[in-house]
Amino acid sequence: MQLRFPFIQRLLHNRFFRQVLASALDLVPVIAVTLFFQLLVIQQPIPEAGRFVSGILLVVVGLTFFIQGLKLGLFPLGESMAHAFVRKGSPFWILVFAFALGFGATIAEPALMAVADEAARIASDGGVIEATQEARKAYALGLRLTVAVAVGCALIISTIRIIRGWPLPYVIIAGYLGVAVMTIFAPPEIIGIAYDSGGVTTSTITVPLVTALGVGLSSSLPGRNPVSDGFGLIALSALMPMIFVMGYGIVA
Amino acid sequence: MNEWLNEFGNILLETLRSVLPIIGILLLFQFLIVRRPLSHPSQIFAGFFYVLLGITLFVLGLKMALFPIGELMAQQLTEPNFLGIEHDPDRVHWYNYIWIYLFAGSIGFATAMAEPTLTAVAIKASEVSAGTIRALPFRLAVALGVGCGLALGTFRIVTGAPLYVYILTGYVFVAIQTAFAPKIIAGLAYDSGNVASSTVTVPIVTALGLGLAAAVPGRNPLLDGFGLIAFTCLIPIINVLGYAQIAVWWTQRNQATDTE
Repeated sequence: MQLRFPFIQRLLHNRFFRQVLASALDLVPVIAVTLFFQLLVIQQPIPEAGRFVSGILLVVVGLTFFIQGLKLGLFPLGESMAHAFVRKGSPFWILVFAFALGFGATIAEPALMAVADEAARIASDGGVIEATQEARKAYALGLRLTVAVAVGCALIISTIRIIRGWPLPYVIIAGYLGVAVMTIFAPPEIIGIAYDSGGVTTSTITVPLVTALGVGLSSSLPGRNPVSDGFGLIALSALMPMIFVMGYGIVA
Repeated sequence: MNEWLNEFGNILLETLRSVLPIIGILLLFQFLIVRRPLSHPSQIFAGFFYVLLGITLFVLGLKMALFPIGELMAQQLTEPNFLGIEHDPDRVHWYNYIWIYLFAGSIGFATAMAEPTLTAVAIKASEVSAGTIRALPFRLAVALGVGCGLALGTFRIVTGAPLYVYILTGYVFVAIQTAFAPKIIAGLAYDSGNVASSTVTVPIVTALGLGLAAAVPGRNPLLDGFGLIAFTCLIPIINVLGYAQIAVWWTQRNQATDTE
């Protein structure tokens, strides 16, 4: 077929434009569901429609930049560091790096701060800690440190697993048994918080970095497969905080 | 416009506060332990800048567009007079809440498809598997899992069955599936649920759970409002393992017919 629209043709081959299209397509389901339920089921107009449209546009642009940034910066750096550590041949520094990454990514996570403050409120209402501002702050900080240490430990265990070639399912099943046992002994009011704390470690920046670490390590170690050994770090990073936070509930 | 800039600044600061420690750790290890110059420094810094800008715009957009209407819809759909139960709160049946299950299922699917963390992992998985695991079918399997998980989770809040019964059954099922599914998919499957329950999904799901638990007679938001995330983490694992099993079975069947 004759190419009549060289401009459009060029545009379609532009990487950035293609990413904008892909991001827009990713948002089609959520827009469709929103419109269907709001207009047809609830039968109400969209409040502040202009704000809704501009918000969606911002989401598309943000998603585009994020994905481009991952491909340019986060993924290559995470993987090249994993390769460099393996070449250095020092398991000690890989483990220190894994812990620091997990701890650093978690301690400043806004979602974790929100969960910790909520937990401190529940604990002081329930009379577990004193009902003062300082007691709540100390409790919330203790909880944040607990979760951050737990994620750091999860990455240490995952790194050892990849280096030694332990089968992932056993590690995960052991983790779930740990959660089940701790649930029996933990005070009931901490259980909901503990289960939720696992979910806050999957932030937009942690997931790609942790994935790059796992894939980078397992692709540079002989005998490891990046697909079967390189994933599963996030699953364990979600499990360990549950165990540690229930432990915190028993001790604190 | 001023209000926008203000909000943009606040979100940028919050993102910076959570990203800076990570960048600090990466640089520290790169220069003190690895002691090699970065291979493409300007490209990597541009990448970090894009990620920062991307997250900020993304969160700003979510707060303007999706979160307010998501919460509003959760509230409207759980109102007793929308559900038609205002006259008869003692005889509530699970089927009064059909729209809730449908809404939960479809919004769960939709938010998971928009989740940047899931896109990131899907890209990486298709890259390292040399295209054996394709990004879109993988994301669809995960998003369907999030949707089914939410529909089931809201059903549980309405019927009031204990959370652990569902979750325990689910993980026993996962353990059995793991034994039969191709070994290569297990890690990706275990990660998928957590990865899909991130920036977009969690706030909307939380609003839905709390709204529903407040609306259903006999439920306590503090006790019953949580636990939806446990479902959105669990069902995608089952789906991805199942998807891998079906894919293997399909290829084997096709090969069998080819050789006949």
